[in-house]
Formats: sequence, C-alpha cells, structure tokens
Amino acid sequence: MLRAKHRVGLVFFPAYDWAISPTHPEREERLLYTQDQILEEGLFDIEGIVELKPDLAVLADVQRVHFCVPDVWSVATESHFISAGGARTIGRAVMDRVIDKGFALVRPPGHHAMRVVHGSRGFCNINIEAVMIEHLRRAYGVRRVAVVDTDCHHGDGTQDIYWHDPDTLFISLHQDGRTLYPGSGFPSELGGPNAFGRTLNIPLPPHTGEEGFLHIIRHVVKPILEEFRPELVINSAGQDNHYSDPITHMNFSAQGYAELTSLLNADIAVLEGGYSIESALPYVNLGIVLAMAGLDFSHVREPDYGPERVRQEPGVTDAVKGVGELILTVWRDRQRLRERLLAERNPYRRSRRIYYDTDGISESQEEVVRPCEECGGALKIESNSDRGAHILAIHIPVRACRECREEGRRWFHDANAKRFDQVMLQDRPEDTYLVKKKG
Amino acid sequence: MIIGLDVGGTHTDVVLLDQKGIQREIKVPTLCSDLFSSVLQGIDAVTADVPAAAIKRIVLSTTLTTNAVIQGRIPPVGMVVCAGPGIDPGLFRTNRHYVQVRGAMDHRGREIDAVDPREIRAVAEEFRKEGIRHIGVVGKFSIRNPRHEIQIGELLQADFEKVFLGHRISGSLNFARRIATTYLNAAVYPLHKEFFEAVTRALGAKGLVLPLRLLKADGGNMRLESSLEFPAQTILSGPAASVMGAVAMAAGREDALVMDIGGTTTDIAVLIGAAPVLDPLGITVGAHRTLIRSLDTLSIGVGGDSAVRVEKGCLTVGPDRNGPAIVYGGRTPTPTDALAVLGEIASERRGQAAAGFEPLAAALGVSVTAVAGRVMETACRAMIEAAAGLVAHINSKPVYTVHELLEGYTVQPRSLLVLGGPAPYFARHLEAEGAYPVRVVPRWQVANAIGAALARTTCEVTFFADTQQGKADAPGEHFSQAIPGDYRLEEAEAQALELLRQKALERGANPDFLEMEVVERQVFNMVRGFNTTGRNMRVRAQVKPGLIHGYDDLLAALAADAAHGV
Repeated sequence: MLRAKHRVGLVFFPAYDWAISPTHPEREERLLYTQDQILEEGLFDIEGIVELKPDLAVLADVQRVHFCVPDVWSVATESHFISAGGARTIGRAVMDRVIDKGFALVRPPGHHAMRVVHGSRGFCNINIEAVMIEHLRRAYGVRRVAVVDTDCHHGDGTQDIYWHDPDTLFISLHQDGRTLYPGSGFPSELGGPNAFGRTLNIPLPPHTGEEGFLHIIRHVVKPILEEFRPELVINSAGQDNHYSDPITHMNFSAQGYAELTSLLNADIAVLEGGYSIESALPYVNLGIVLAMAGLDFSHVREPDYGPERVRQEPGVTDAVKGVGELILTVWRDRQRLRERLLAERNPYRRSRRIYYDTDGISESQEEVVRPCEECGGALKIESNSDRGAHILAIHIPVRACRECREEGRRWFHDANAKRFDQVMLQDRPEDTYLVKKKG
Repeated sequence: MIIGLDVGGTHTDVVLLDQKGIQREIKVPTLCSDLFSSVLQGIDAVTADVPAAAIKRIVLSTTLTTNAVIQGRIPPVGMVVCAGPGIDPGLFRTNRHYVQVRGAMDHRGREIDAVDPREIRAVAEEFRKEGIRHIGVVGKFSIRNPRHEIQIGELLQADFEKVFLGHRISGSLNFARRIATTYLNAAVYPLHKEFFEAVTRALGAKGLVLPLRLLKADGGNMRLESSLEFPAQTILSGPAASVMGAVAMAAGREDALVMDIGGTTTDIAVLIGAAPVLDPLGITVGAHRTLIRSLDTLSIGVGGDSAVRVEKGCLTVGPDRNGPAIVYGGRTPTPTDALAVLGEIASERRGQAAAGFEPLAAALGVSVTAVAGRVMETACRAMIEAAAGLVAHINSKPVYTVHELLEGYTVQPRSLLVLGGPAPYFARHLEAEGAYPVRVVPRWQVANAIGAALARTTCEVTFFADTQQGKADAPGEHFSQAIPGDYRLEEAEAQALELLRQKALERGANPDFLEMEVVERQVFNMVRGFNTTGRNMRVRAQVKPGLIHGYDDLLAALAADAAHGV
C-alpha cells in the first residue's frame, strides 16, 4: 500500500452549484476533471492522505480581515464562507498537528480581495488566505507568516492586506503586470514604511518555463524564507502559469508545479486561479498533492507534455535571472532603501484608485498609517465608491503597540459619523469589530 | 417457502420461513475445512420432511471467498494493466503476474496512447507458459471509455478460461481499487464456480431445482449465474446478513444503530430510514481495498469472549480472544464470565468464573462483583463510543455542493438494535450507558439467516453522457449510444433507470416490486472559450438494499413475539 512521507490533509470543495455566471471561467465545471483525476488516482486511499470536510468560516473571521461595504453578506455568498472555511480547516489541522501539511482545493479564490471590499475583483471577494492566517493568529498565537503567491496574476489583494504588517512576508511571482491583469506587482512595490521589504514582487516575462520558475524558487525565494524564518509558509497555489491556460502566457507544467511544491515545502497550500480545467488542473493538482506527500510524481505528465511546451527562450532566461538578482539585492538593502524612501517623501499617506473588474466598481482610497517602529501601525482608510458608498475604516494591528492602540481607538471615537455611511473599527488586540453609522 | 443460510466462523445458521412465520431455525457447527458439507447439512436439517416443491427460494451467505482471500488460497492470476499519466501503476501491483502494457485514456475517455496488439500477444504467451488460466484486464479511466480493456480482452480470450474486465466490475472511479477488485474476481472465480456448481448439483439430487441466490456484501443478493461474472461480490457477506436481519426488525424509519455482538468482535452498522448505510467506495479485505459495494460497517475487538485483563492499573476488554469463557471451560475471564458472576447468565461454573476475576479484583482493590460490573461497563462503553465514531465518520463525509454542505442530512440514531449470541445479556448494560434505547432483535441467534432469506436483489448502474462528444455510456452494462446535442438530464436519468431495471431482472429481482432510485445526478455546462459547447452528465442509480415484498405480516408477528418477551 502507498504510504505518504508527510501526512497531508486535503479539503476538496468544488462548489458544484456555484458560478459567477454560466460561462465565466469561475464556474461549476472548474474542478470537475480534477475531481475525476483525484478519484481515479485513489489519492484518499494513500496512507497518510486524508480528506477533511470544510468548516464554515464565521462572520468574525471575515471581519478580522475585511471592511465589507455595506456589509459582509452584500459582498460574499455562502460559497465564500465555505471556501475561506476550507482554508481555515486546513490551517487548524496543521496547527493541531493532525496533519503535517495541507492543501485547500477550494473555490472561489481570494487573492485579489483587498482589505476594503466593495465587490468582486479578479473573481475574488474574500481573501481566503488572509481569513485563515488571521484566524490562526487569533486561535494559536501564530506570529511570523510567509505567503508565497505562485498564481500567474499578481496577488494584489493579499499584498494590500499585509502591506503594513512586519510579521507577514508576502512574495508574489507572476506574469509581468505590463502584460496581464491586474497590472501591478512591480519590484518597486515593497510594503509600507512600517513593514518595508516585507512585500516582494517578482514579475516574470511571458513564456517563462520550468527552468525560470524553479530558478526563482531555488535562488531567490528559498534564501529569503530561510532568513525570515516564518512559523508558517503558505502557498497561494494558483495554477494558471500552465502552458495550456487560456488567459495567461506562461510555459509552466504539472511537473514544474510539483517540483516547485517540493522545493517550497509550504505548510499550507490554498488554490487560487487556474482555468485550463481539462488540460492542466487535473495533472497540476495531482502533482502538487503527491509532492506535498513526498511521493513520486515523475509519472504525472499532461498527455501533450513535451520539451517544446515548457521551453524558455534565452532572452527570457536572462530576464528571469535579472529580476531574481534585483530582488535579492533589494532584500539585502531593504534597510538603506527604507531610509532613502523616508528621506524622499511622506510614505505614511497613500491615495489610490481601485477597480473591481468583475463587478465594474471604481473605488478611491485615502490611507494613513501611523509611523511606528514598534508595530505595523494604526491604519485609517477613507474609501469612496462610484456606487456612492463612503466609509471610514480603522484598523488596529493584532500586535499593535500601546500608542497605536490608543491612536486607532481615538480615531474611531473622534470620527464624525455624519460624514460617512459608516465608520468601522477592526480592533484586533480586542478581537472586536465596531461600526458607527449615520444618524 | 424460503431458506436463508448464513455460514459463520463457528456456526452455520439456517432458517426456513414463509409468509406466516419462521417454520424452522437451526444451528449447525461450521466445518471450516469443509464448507460444502456445512451448507448441505444445514439445508438437509432445515428441509427434513419438507417437500422440495414447497421451496421457492434459497439464499446463501458463505465465508468461502472471504476465507480464500484472507488465507491466500488462490490460484495465480494474470493481470494486464494500462495506465497513462498519474501515479506509477507499478505501485498498485496485486500479485506476481502483473504486467503494465501500452494504452492510455484521459479523464474524459479520450485516447492518449493506443494498445499494441503485439505486446498483448507476447504477454498472453508468457502467461500461458506460466499455466495461468484466469486474467484481469484493467485500464485507467476505463469506465469513461472501455475500448482498450475490451480490445485487450478480445486478444486474450481464446487463450484463457476467463477474462475479467475492470469496467464491468464497478462504475466508480478509483484505478487502484479497480485493479484490486478485478484481481479478486479472477482469483476467487474457479473456487466459487466449482463450489456452487457442486452445491447446485447436490441440491438438484434432492429435487431442489431452483436458481441459487447468493448474498453480497451490500446486503442484497444475486443469482448464481450473475455471481459468476462478479464472484468477489460475495466476499464479506456475513456482516451484511446480520444487518439485514436487523433491518427486518427496525421499527419505523427512524435512524438506528445495529450491533452484531459475536464472541471476538462486534460489527456496527447504521440504518437510515430502514436502509443500511453503504460504504461510499467498497470493502477492504486483507490488504486489498476494493470497489465491492458493501455496507458501511465497523468491527471492533469487543465481544462475549474478549479477554479481560488489568494493565497498568486499568481494566481492559479485548481486542483479542484467548479461548472460550471460563464458564465454557476456558481460562481467561471474559464479559460472558462477568455476566455469570453478576447472575445474569445461569451457569454451574459461576464459582470458577468468580475465581477467575479474583486476581483482577485484587489488582484493582475492589470486589469480584464490582470487577464484573466494571467489565460490562468497559465493554459497553467501548461499543457505544465506536458507534458514535462511526456516526461521526458518516456525518463527516465531504460533500461537494454549497447546498449539501449547508442543508445536508445528519444521521442521528434514535435506537440501538442488537443481535448475535450474547445480545440479550449485553442489552441492559448497553442501555445503561445512556446513549440510546436498546432493543434486542427478535430471534437474535438466527436473525442473520432471516436477513439473508429476505434480502432483495440489489445492483447499481453508473451512467455518463457527454453531449460535446455526442455519446452516452454505461460501460458496466455494455451500453454506449450516440446522443443529440440537446440531450437532457431527465433523459439520462430515464435511460439509467431502464438499464438498472434490466440488470436487476437479470440478477433475479421481482419485476413487480422494484424499488429503484437515482442516488447521484450531476450536470455541468462545458464551456470552452466563452461558449457552452456541451453538457457533461453523471447519473448513478441503484436498487437499494432492503427486504423483499410480502413478508410484512411475518415481521410484525416476530416483533410482537419480541414485545411479549418470547
């Protein structure tokens, strides 16, 4: 009988009755062929691989991470609670040492969902990794976490949520934002002033192949992780770098994903995108699970796999190596770069426009973070949407220092509720979510 | 009249019944080395003076195939396996003669790699030289497209006595289990065929000329002729017989637990609406995980003869048996001895039983009676906890839709039915645990044989339709048909039910009382680019395990007997 080297837990939740719309890539059929492959391979018969039933995330889990406008139920459906709950189930099982590692094979995905949520962006409403991480921080006192996002699209939602968090290292590998949605994720995006260098972006040129991805994991991501020493490594395991994916342009493969999984050795993987539902997902998911379990994955090859599929032009190889060097340099020099940033301008204030492509909503934000050397800093976001919503959102980080706690609570207390639809406070040290409304 | 016969490890239980009641019930010792004579003796005993023409139905449950597999008494089998991408099929090896050949299908049944007939002929040559006569052929995703299995089967047919094809064995996905199940079918085939042909001849000589029916692990039966295509389905039919015996007594349709309490072990099962819960995949027998449809049962090492010890200051019961109870001449104290000490079982050897508990009483610093009480408590608590675990396991089975996750059915047993030799003596102690009201199944000693006698014919059909490829398939039923682009799920369900009806009749079901149900229905729009290009449908239909029609009066009478404490 087959026996896994590591105990691996899997939450498989294909949400066969949920779609954004009938012909949308994020539809019922998406994980159907993956399920067929998993069942035919008998993955759950392997000694050490277990299937866990997802719990439902609860309102408090979502409110620890997001400011939903006007409220959670207006932007999330039951399937988001199950998807986030599935990630949470895996996280808890890892923390409880029921399993060594786990994979939440759930949909809908979440990595484009930012801290403030007016609707759906890039098929995402609720950031399921962040919901899981903040739940684990609350329930188990986890502090240092690294998120490595290997979806082909920049994980801009996760980046936004952890922009000011010095305890979370966020690394995103993705197709260059000049050529793909959401158009962000450049090496210059390095995190807010209180958490500078805790966000790292590694844009890769179109047609990056196995060689390029694995080079970045081996020579850039792994050394940085070793230095950061996280308690937990989480992989946002998007599968749209695959050569057959219909909405991206990379040359990655099931073998490549399995090798990447093996090298990265994450504690928790969470499915993100990936829309080549017949030609890629069944094989990529199988490869990832086998790699997590420490089992042989050398026979997991797409029927049309061949060297020409994953070939990488020499120009691409040079570009990949170049960006890798750049990121390593930035990581080593982050202290000096931060000082330069502080000298040049006031980085504690940001003005942004955010577009919700799936729902067609435009949002503008004014964000202020309290300068702080002790913690992530109290954070205040004023947000307007073109649907007429106007809110003030205040976040006090979970390990906030005394001054930041007081400042955040003062902001909330002093806010003029008449000026906004609502004023919200995420008081993470107290684990409460408070709302003041007009009138 | 109907004969129900269940060969167990120690006893063979036989009943003769008709619509009015149980006419005879008999227990004969099982001769493990000669099951044939056990079966014949049982039938002889129960039919003495009964005219052969009065017997309309015979249902047998035996340990023949189970024992053969567990004891490894099986002939060499030639396995031919074709795989394609995924886990290395070398890891699923079942036996010595296991050959991987070319040929591969993907998850939708599209050919990735063709079969090479020359390679198959070479394999045939090799197997023939080894004296192999039975073959299993299994392809990955063969239930999505059986063409390769059929092609390989045709190439081998002439050279071997019997070739089993994986897609005919089960409609479920699971390549490794399909390999194991096909292997077991081929492995037990000669023994099964020879044995039941001999039984048929012997019964014929007595004038009992009627199609034999064999109980399956799912609590249903099939005719002997069908069983020759699926002999492995008779593996582990014993626990199913007992559960079906309890089904006969399950009052109403509330959820209930069933415990078959034996000497060494207790088998636990769950009933929902008087139907036993099935294992979603299949039984595990020895080292083989299979796709053999079966009841979801849990076996724990606690029974009437479990060895009782004190270890590190703690009283333990089981999981092993160390010979018979002291009151039956053994040396190690058991729950049966505890019952004797408590005066709940009358025995002349009560004194010896009490003496057997004395060292334990000394170790624990309590009286012998107190130890006996604790033995029953410990045993019953373990049984109740195991039952709760089984219910939790059934309720934690993953589901794949938002609707099922939020609204899914939760099993909540309202009562506990017990049967098996020590059942009535355990009942009070089980009830004392406070979890469920406990009822002893009437005729608890032979309820298993009653269950075998009254079990209906069961089967299932798996059906796929793919309008993009323009075809519908039920590979297990030799069914494949072109379908139009506007084929609907309702048509797929109707077609699946029709195939199920045919299959059930072939296997011996009563056409007038066929309880069929669709247990799974799924339809997916297949979208390529931004257009819907087809619909992918999966339907699974079954005749669920239950009892045959016409015996309600008999069951009511038995229940009334039980209520009057007979």
